[in-house]
Amino acid sequence: MHAPELCLRGIAISSAAMLMASCQEGVLDPHGPVGKAERVILYDSTAIMLAVIIPVIVLTLLFAWWFRARNTQARYRPDWEYSGRIEMIIWSIPALVILFLGGIAWTGSHDLDPPAPLAESTAPLDIEVVSLDWRWLFIYPHERIASLNRLVVPAGVPLRFRLTSTTVMNSFFVPQLGSQIYAMPNMVTRLNLQADQPGTFEGLSAQFSGDGFSDMRFDLVSTNADAFKDWVNTTKTKGGALDVGTIEELMKPAKADGVQTYGEVSESLFDRILSGHLAAVSPQRGQ
Amino acid sequence: MSAAEQALVTADAVPLSLRGPAPKRVVAGYGFWLFLLSDIVIFAALFAAYAVLSGENAGGPTAAELFDKKHVLVETACLLASSVTCGFGSLAVQSGDRTSTYFWMAVTFILGATFLSLEVGEFSHMLSIGAGPSRSAFLSAFFTLVGTHGLHVTLGLCWLIVMLLQVATLGFPPMVRRRFFSFGLFWHALDIVWIGVFTIVYLGAHL
Amino acid sequence: MFGRLTWAAIPFDQPVVMIAAGTVGFVIFCVLALVTVKGWWPYLWREWITSVDHKRIGVMYIFLALLMLVRGFSDAMLMRSQLAMAAGHAHGYLPPEHYDQIFSAHGTIMIFFVAMPFVVGLMNFVLPLQLGVRDVAFPVLNSVSFWLTAAGVLLVNVSLVVGEFARTGWLAYPPLSEIAYSPGVGVDYYLWSLQISGLGTLLSGINLLTTILKLRAPGMGYRQMPIFCWTALASNLLIVASFPILTATFAMLLLDRYGGFHFFTNDLGGNPMMYVNLIWCWGHPEVYILILPAFGVFSEVVATFSGKPLFGRRSMIMATMVICVLSFLVWLHHFFTMGAGADVNAFFGVMTMIIAVPTGVKIFNWLFTLYGGRIRFTVPVLWTIGFMVTFVIGGMTGVLMAIPPADFVLHNSLFLIAHFHNVAIGGVVFGVMAGISYWFPKAFGYTLNERLGKAVFWCWFFGFYLAFMPLYVLGLMGATRRMQHYSNTHWQPLMLVALAGAILILLGIALTGVQLAVSIRQRERNRDVTGDPWNGRTLEWSTPSPPPAWNFSFLPQVDRADAFWAIKQQRGTAQDRNVKRSYQTIQVPRNNPTGFFLAFFAVLLGFSLIWRIWWGAGLGLLGAIAICLIQAWRTDGEVEVPGEKIAAFERLHGPKESLA
Repeated sequence: MHAPELCLRGIAISSAAMLMASCQEGVLDPHGPVGKAERVILYDSTAIMLAVIIPVIVLTLLFAWWFRARNTQARYRPDWEYSGRIEMIIWSIPALVILFLGGIAWTGSHDLDPPAPLAESTAPLDIEVVSLDWRWLFIYPHERIASLNRLVVPAGVPLRFRLTSTTVMNSFFVPQLGSQIYAMPNMVTRLNLQADQPGTFEGLSAQFSGDGFSDMRFDLVSTNADAFKDWVNTTKTKGGALDVGTIEELMKPAKADGVQTYGEVSESLFDRILSGHLAAVSPQRGQ
Repeated sequence: MSAAEQALVTADAVPLSLRGPAPKRVVAGYGFWLFLLSDIVIFAALFAAYAVLSGENAGGPTAAELFDKKHVLVETACLLASSVTCGFGSLAVQSGDRTSTYFWMAVTFILGATFLSLEVGEFSHMLSIGAGPSRSAFLSAFFTLVGTHGLHVTLGLCWLIVMLLQVATLGFPPMVRRRFFSFGLFWHALDIVWIGVFTIVYLGAHL
Repeated sequence: MFGRLTWAAIPFDQPVVMIAAGTVGFVIFCVLALVTVKGWWPYLWREWITSVDHKRIGVMYIFLALLMLVRGFSDAMLMRSQLAMAAGHAHGYLPPEHYDQIFSAHGTIMIFFVAMPFVVGLMNFVLPLQLGVRDVAFPVLNSVSFWLTAAGVLLVNVSLVVGEFARTGWLAYPPLSEIAYSPGVGVDYYLWSLQISGLGTLLSGINLLTTILKLRAPGMGYRQMPIFCWTALASNLLIVASFPILTATFAMLLLDRYGGFHFFTNDLGGNPMMYVNLIWCWGHPEVYILILPAFGVFSEVVATFSGKPLFGRRSMIMATMVICVLSFLVWLHHFFTMGAGADVNAFFGVMTMIIAVPTGVKIFNWLFTLYGGRIRFTVPVLWTIGFMVTFVIGGMTGVLMAIPPADFVLHNSLFLIAHFHNVAIGGVVFGVMAGISYWFPKAFGYTLNERLGKAVFWCWFFGFYLAFMPLYVLGLMGATRRMQHYSNTHWQPLMLVALAGAILILLGIALTGVQLAVSIRQRERNRDVTGDPWNGRTLEWSTPSPPPAWNFSFLPQVDRADAFWAIKQQRGTAQDRNVKRSYQTIQVPRNNPTGFFLAFFAVLLGFSLIWRIWWGAGLGLLGAIAICLIQAWRTDGEVEVPGEKIAAFERLHGPKESLA
């Protein structure tokens, strides 16, 4: 009965290969403290569990092969159905593993709670995120600018996000920076992330929101401090106006179509969106 | 348990779970009881929704403004009394007494119908003043919770009519007795749910 | 006059749909024509459609599930092929409006109309036989449950041709599923077909629960009950406790959509988060409803084919009931990313992990049942070993995602998809396939072709790994679920591997059909003459294959677990068991068309409500009430089988010694 074992080995090797491929992008290639902490959790937990799973799989195949009916060497024990010692072990092993992982879950949930602020080496940057059908609007409340479908941030600066939605549930997710969080209508969710170095990272919505969902992507562009200041200034001069009228225009369903910037953003626009004091909250979607 | 059954149990030391398939009467009642428990889970979900949404009146009428304790007291009295008369009716069924059955079940019906008409009156009044279920989430939850209870009462009353017709046409064979037992369970369970509604919705409004 | 229904509802301009519908319609027509020409209608009506026999109903459930497996899997093939193509600037051949319906239909059909009927069908067939009784507690209700499920199936499939299906995913979260964002009939098709079949499932749960708790052979207490019955007990407890939540939640969404209520809307105080909570309060128990009976099948199979009793039977039972209770305490792990806060997230994460403990215990118990056994590698055993190896991987990834910060980067990704397919296929599908091949001879009187059965297994086994291991990797690379296309061309090779896996599974499904056909042709060669083809341990193997309508001519007297094994051991000690028995008259429930007609009116009601045809809905409702009233006055519910007829049957199908 070596065939299944060989097959399993083959599967293990190709899985390892695929896993190594995945290490070059996405969740296993984080560029920020949140993502890095989460990767540690992923690796540690998987390792702990593999320490149990792999022996179980091996034993299953081993026992099945050794105790096959044609094997006259195996001892047939037709009445053996209970052993106190084994019972104790088989309850203890999962219990211990779970105890350990439960500890990780508890501390990890608290340390990496999305609204929990990051260790601050510099002053954080506030960004307000609004999910539309089917685009992302990023408002910089202190800079009074905004950007559609592209998020430009300074590297090494903690980012404090407040998120909401104008329509249905979405989920703001930049895999290489870490945690995602839902963006929901009439609610604010909070998230803290940081990009350690300059780079461009893919962002998306991870909660299905309709026909334009697959295009609801954005780039998170992290730059050094000076380049960021330049971008802010350029946007202030060159960007359009973002006021109630523009918002209502943006709230009409449309698929993502390039990047837009806004240099004049009305006061407390995010709060006004949140309280629903803008257009009819449930715009009919055309067929 | 009757004296005869009591004697059987003490005399026969075999536990209930080992005596083989239970008789039809027990099976029918048990199954209906399980159904009632599942019905109560539906109400539990509606109660949960009401609890979450009770404050969401969207600038419209609030619970305190809308609910009149006296009105609800009369409704409650009708429903609780109907449970008592239903109990007497069940006794009449057990003894196979047609006249008593008709009488007590008719009184039960009248009391239940009174409850319903009071509730319908309350609903239509609320609709007329613009406090309908589409006015706010709180009102949606209210109308659904209380309305589902009212729907169950309505179905119970229809069922009662059918049962009385069955007595008239078939008498009191075991099948009819089993069904009356289930009806009694149903009617009393509705009472229990109403206690919950009365407490959480109507009394809760004035806390 | 016809509400919102117009000719525009039929998608004449969509060739894919029209060809699919045309093919299915043609096949249905051919089948109906064949049945008519051969004169099989009276047989079908009498023996199957109006049957209230749990064995027939169980078989019909499984047949329905197999049909819907083909439908659900076609959706899967569409999805896999679309994703294999739609990389970079390519957008594949399925525009979002269709793709969204396809993945929503795939999930809905697989959970509600494949997995549930498979599991309920197995429980239906097996439970009374294992419990040593004649039928379930409420046979007519059983038929009603089946036909209501079939009604749901019909409505879902009609949506393919008349109108559209929901474009919301299989759980239809608001606000997306509200009338403002889904103004078409798709979500209504989804809601009404599930409300109707959900009622059937709830009634089935009550029925089977009453059967297990109140109808068992004399001497069969809880400790003597077979392990499959214990897992069925837990599963049905979950059905009765959780399905009403689904009913209530869907009712609230329906009220929002039809009555302008505001349970989950964006305005006037509605709360979409409440829907997510409620639906998963049902949703998590649902997955345990599916997996626990599968665990029961594995327990029976492992013990039977190892030739020894299940190891650690008591702790298996305890683990099952612990899982049953705990399944109500973990629902929030489906939406850690909704932002409930660290304490809440951590609590639910830890609870989810705790549920992994009894599950792990079960794996060890199966392992040690194999130890010291004399294992015969029949098809059911292959499925079981395949399960043990595969399910633990899915369990591992599940526990991984139970850690909230891990879930924050994996939620809604293809990693999640891979996890739940890992446990659903590796657990539920493998378990059902094991159960079907295990109990098929009991149901039909002959065994299935072993070689083809093994081929089916290997196709599913390798097909699963090929199809879903790449998805774990893709999820880690940042791929999310429900994408219609993606820009990252790195992902395409993995998508192609997944497509290959899906094709392999497709081969397995096709081979299942071939296996069935070949087995039917070879049935005389594979006759089960003894009723006990596997040297079984539980009471169902003491009956002839197939059993008579009354199951047991004498209710067996039981005094320990693995009752039939004990009886067989005793046969060795020569006791003269050929006592002349006088067979009593047995009451057998009469055929009843109530279920079929109720379902007919349910379809009328559902379809009319979907299209806002109010008079049609009224007609459906009145018809259903009329059928119920007719049933209420039915006094000839049972037919008597005289003792002589039973004696004649026993002489023909012997050699059973008495079991009393």
